[in-house]
Amino acid sequence: MSTLVEVQNLKQYFPIKAGFFKTVPLKAVDDVSFTVEAGETLGLVGESGCGKTTVGRSILRLYEPTAGKVIFDGEEVTDKNINKMRRRMQMVFQDPYSSLDPRMTVEDIIGEPLDVHHLCSNRKERREKILELMSLVGLNAEHARRYAHEFSGGQRQRIGIARALAAEPRFIVCDEPVSALDVSIQAQVINMFEELQEKLGVAYLFIAHDLLVVHHISKRIAVMYLGKIVEIADADELNDHPEHPYTQSLLSAVPIPDPNITRARQRIILEGDVPSPLNMPSGCAFRTRCKYATDKCAEECPALTDRGGGHFVACWNK
Amino acid sequence: MDKQFLISVQDLHTSFFTESGEVKAVNGVSFNLDPGEILGIVGESGSGKSVTAYSIMQILANTGRITGGRILYKGEDISSYSEKQMQNFRGKCCSIIFQDPMTSLNPVFTIGNQLKEAIVLHTDKKGAEATARAIELLELVGINEPHKRIKQYPFELSGGMRQRVMIAMALACEPDILIADEPTTALDVTIQAQILELITELQKKLGMAVILVTHDLGVIAGMCDNVVVMYGGRICERGTASEIFYNPKHEYTKGLLRSIPGLNNMKKKLEPILGTPINMLNLPAGCAFCTRCDAAMKICLTEVPEEVWINDDHKAACWMNVKEAFEEGGAGE
Repeated sequence: MSTLVEVQNLKQYFPIKAGFFKTVPLKAVDDVSFTVEAGETLGLVGESGCGKTTVGRSILRLYEPTAGKVIFDGEEVTDKNINKMRRRMQMVFQDPYSSLDPRMTVEDIIGEPLDVHHLCSNRKERREKILELMSLVGLNAEHARRYAHEFSGGQRQRIGIARALAAEPRFIVCDEPVSALDVSIQAQVINMFEELQEKLGVAYLFIAHDLLVVHHISKRIAVMYLGKIVEIADADELNDHPEHPYTQSLLSAVPIPDPNITRARQRIILEGDVPSPLNMPSGCAFRTRCKYATDKCAEECPALTDRGGGHFVACWNK
Repeated sequence: MDKQFLISVQDLHTSFFTESGEVKAVNGVSFNLDPGEILGIVGESGSGKSVTAYSIMQILANTGRITGGRILYKGEDISSYSEKQMQNFRGKCCSIIFQDPMTSLNPVFTIGNQLKEAIVLHTDKKGAEATARAIELLELVGINEPHKRIKQYPFELSGGMRQRVMIAMALACEPDILIADEPTTALDVTIQAQILELITELQKKLGMAVILVTHDLGVIAGMCDNVVVMYGGRICERGTASEIFYNPKHEYTKGLLRSIPGLNNMKKKLEPILGTPINMLNLPAGCAFCTRCDAAMKICLTEVPEEVWINDDHKAACWMNVKEAFEEGGAGE
């Protein structure tokens, strides 16, 4: 397999007003690097405010990154070529209610990327393409002229996915695509993501906070905490042998739907809350909640280092 | 067999009268709660789990009304309570915490102010005494520096902290029952673990009963003694946690357990429940789940299944069980 997307030292700071003329940077994403192979799924997990959504949006240049590079298929993504690039990189959003224009029919929503990228030469071809996409995501072709509000949450998410697939991308950023759906509908959408990957060979960056869902769908998983990746490894390896203290407590906190396993398990309860990203601790960001923290953690931020077999951890003590 | 339960809900029916018609949110729900028990009510959105909880507290929206059934608190029908008695019931006997700790606190009053309101209203403590009690409560729910926090406004606290304040407020008069309506849905995983740990700890310490309303089977698995599974405003299955998870007897529960990623189906494909959640304006005549059920039979479409005993700890309302029992009985003859 070849590397499809390479993110190098991505930084995304947002200026926050701290006075009349003064601004302070909010470091939403701070020096993040990773790669996504062609046709694979990389899961990105973390708690709210850790910057996982921002990473996804910066890759697609929905935000202008402060620093760093994104290389897609050997070509750097820049402001100049982003329109061309977005044909090959697409996004599915979290909220299926606000990410579809209420004044457009399903046909127009799915057809918009086709129009933008001039992918169809005539109306008939466009219509056929739209119907093909609708059947691909399991939508009824008769519903093409309906508006988004006539659909349920799960069906809307299917519309969003069909729109993302319209330009035949090779990489899709999925930003919490199932967290707004009912439990019984989540499995339908997760299965569809997996089937589409088998059929079309598209790669995903799957952003979510539900570790069980991410583990199920991903080949590799990256864990973020306060703007930095703290651990990245193969999904099973991460689940069985988490190294970073944050990953360990995150995994132990996941409620597993099995009474015997959940009750027998030792939960590592983290003290306190996530620090404000405006007022980050020095050194390792996790040290304020870490039981292994030493003086060194306060002085210097640990880098991601390889612990063998593609298992990268950023911690001084592990 | 006239055992007195802490709360006994008997054939509860609750409807909302909307412009598009009557929405029967709860259709004949019965369950009992023992002192010190943790009961989980699980279901997807629109299954009537929250409305059941709100009916017990009598805090339904204006359009909602209890149209049938009884709710007994220690043998007393709470519908016979006057508004004054009901106010006493809420807080002293039964308290509730809500899903969203951001919106359930008043943003223009300090934490201390809101906590003291509950204390002053329900106990005879006043002034400095009430403040002391508020600080004590904040300590109880694990908030550090309670003297400082008491002067802060809700926006100055994080989500987890706010949920702790809500719990402190609910516990102000040491109720017999705490209803937790999706208490951790709006919180992050590590904070969720903290709050669930806190609720379990307080339950042990104070000996109260807890009704935990949630859609998360993982949360249920970790906390509850008994579980009630709801779909379409009815109870489809109930039993001890291990019966529900390891020996499910209703097609909906089975489907739900198959469709969520757990540790033993990581490598396998998930088996989703097909179709979409039901429209509560237009309930089927028979079993509410029949339109999505793989095993649906003719009778499922026309008649609502009765709950039948599976064993001493387990009841399910599914025609499949009746059929199986009939077939077994027939083979034995």
